[in-house]
Amino acid sequence: MTSGYAIVAVLVVALGTILVGTYGLRVSRTTSDFYVASRTVSPWWNASAIGGEYLSAASFVGIAGLIFAYGPDMLWFPVGYTAGYLVLLTMVAAPLRRSGAYTLPDFAEARFRSRVVRAVASILALAIGWLYLLPQLEGAGLTLNTVTGAPDWVGALIVTVVVTANVMSGGMRSITFVQAFQYWLKLTAITVPIMFLVVVWQVHGAESLTKAEFPHFPHDTEVKFHKDTAIHVEQSIFIKGSGRIDDTHIENTGLVLTSGNHRIGLGSEFTFPQGAPVPHLSTMGHNTNAMWALPESGGEKFPLYGAYSLIIATFLGTMGLPHVIVRFYTNPNGTAARRTTLIVLGLLSVFYLMPPIYGALGRLYTPELLMTGQTDAVVLVLPTRMIDGIGGQLLGALVAGGAFAAFLSTSSGLVVSLAGVLSQDVLRLGGVRGFRISTVLAGIVPLAMTFVSSGMPVADMVGLAFAVAASSLCPLLMLGIWSTRITTVGAIAGMLAGGVPALTAGLVTMFTATGDSWYTVLLSRPAAWTVPLGFAVMYVVSLLTQRHVPPGVQRTMVKLHAPENLGLDGSGPSSSSSDERS
Amino acid sequence: MTTPPPQNDPAQRGRAPKPTQRVVVTSPRTRAPRARRPYSGTREINEQSELGAVYMRTLIRAQRRLGLSVMLVVCASLGVLPLLFSIEPDLGKARVLGLGLPWFLLCVATFPMLLLAGWFYVRQAERSEREFAELVERP
Repeated sequence: MTSGYAIVAVLVVALGTILVGTYGLRVSRTTSDFYVASRTVSPWWNASAIGGEYLSAASFVGIAGLIFAYGPDMLWFPVGYTAGYLVLLTMVAAPLRRSGAYTLPDFAEARFRSRVVRAVASILALAIGWLYLLPQLEGAGLTLNTVTGAPDWVGALIVTVVVTANVMSGGMRSITFVQAFQYWLKLTAITVPIMFLVVVWQVHGAESLTKAEFPHFPHDTEVKFHKDTAIHVEQSIFIKGSGRIDDTHIENTGLVLTSGNHRIGLGSEFTFPQGAPVPHLSTMGHNTNAMWALPESGGEKFPLYGAYSLIIATFLGTMGLPHVIVRFYTNPNGTAARRTTLIVLGLLSVFYLMPPIYGALGRLYTPELLMTGQTDAVVLVLPTRMIDGIGGQLLGALVAGGAFAAFLSTSSGLVVSLAGVLSQDVLRLGGVRGFRISTVLAGIVPLAMTFVSSGMPVADMVGLAFAVAASSLCPLLMLGIWSTRITTVGAIAGMLAGGVPALTAGLVTMFTATGDSWYTVLLSRPAAWTVPLGFAVMYVVSLLTQRHVPPGVQRTMVKLHAPENLGLDGSGPSSSSSDERS
Repeated sequence: MTTPPPQNDPAQRGRAPKPTQRVVVTSPRTRAPRARRPYSGTREINEQSELGAVYMRTLIRAQRRLGLSVMLVVCASLGVLPLLFSIEPDLGKARVLGLGLPWFLLCVATFPMLLLAGWFYVRQAERSEREFAELVERP
């Protein structure tokens, strides 16, 4: 669906982001400005910025794609992404702000007074950040590929360059404005088209979304295959076009696609007839729309384990994401941090009403994506497919612009926080120059990773980043904030015991083909066993090493939990050193 | 707070009763930042006394209980759903307001519930912080 309007929309979003960033350049002058916007951000701005930063490629295109392919089991993604903020609100929001930490390593050091705990937390924060950046770049590649036909790496490169340049020039203050603006842009870009699409669906006769029949082509559909694809055909279809099927090569002729498994070569273009049942990826379950709408229909081996693992990862992983934590520092105090989080819950709730509708309508209007495997594109393709002419193209352009905004904003937030960690803990370069060098490094690594990853759905990749955060940094935060018994040894052991297996499982899933083995789901959804492992090891090891309780833990607790206006700064005159970092 | 009596006050005491005297009376400006007088509770905490530790432990326990109970109620009520749908597949076929039950619960009903729980938590947490402030600032 190459469309001139969509290219314009993507360009406008990219240029707009750069412009707002340049405007920020004139405002931000000092090192403090660069890192934390000098703490002058109001709760509504802050909440919009958190929303803008948090609604990533996974939220904008990924969730709809997964629901479209696998049905209501995938609704746990939007629910979990939102509920994660409730857990964050009830467990860490105010104490985290009161700790005065700017990054997670800062928190680790403030709580445990230990360089080693800090170093482990830094490495994990970097790993999570890069794991999370990768799907953003893949999503950008997919979007640009869908709207322009450009190769996948172009979109990833554009996002990396725009984000790196922007963060280098403006720093955090401009990023706060950019992010807040992008939340509202994304909400508009996903809401306005779906309203039109629902009206169109009603006008078409409101065909049931859950009929007991297999998805079929609504009209003659030309399909281009962007990679070698293994499909399963249920019932013989007569197709026309050119390309390679199994080992036969055809050129502009017709062919009967017999039922069974087939391999279609890269670059093939075939026209499928109206009314024919849609073949599907051989790795995907074959369901009627009625079966698709039921739970546990996605064809996974252990659906119940998968669902619970996803719930644990998303509910607990949110608090460990490096770009989320930075935002709490820009609140003036703990009370404001709580209120900001509550607003964020509201903003996310509104947004997440939309993606499931795209996924459901996709079953009727864009079923061929089940065959090409580009299920993530359903949000992008649906408007032009349902509405003919310029109207559909404009709505398609709006969605493409919104999707690009999603990649830009999440990547910006991640790059800012990763650059903070890199410059303070890894490169040990202070000042604006150190921050700039770190920014470049923070952007280049995931760009390089996109060339070797195996192209799994973006929401699944994001799920892995959540799993690592939930099994390593979440125990550190939860136990560190609420228990005085956690020792430095326990903190390190727990982070490693939860984080290393989760990270390994994630990398194995992303970069190798594990196939159909029984343990695949343990690797692709590791949270259900790595999270309890992290918590248990951290607590038990702490109980065994009570001699290593960090010094002054009572004072630290006062600082974390006492309201700010009482003059209880917890650590007396010696505490002000931690504030100098800003 | 009254103005301090004039410095020559003791000297005047022995003489004949003075005529009526003007005394300036002022009240503290309530909007001004609170003067950091060492109220006992605050001081106990800052000086790390046993009593101060008890104050802090009370606050932390109250907040931990509140946070954990809100979180666990919400997580348990959501977390039981996959199990229910797995044990009783017919539940997945039930329909509410034209939507399948799983769709209705997860797309529509969850979000207001999360917001409500969050609002309740913020209100209670701020209340217990206010109570803590009153406790430690009592002279």
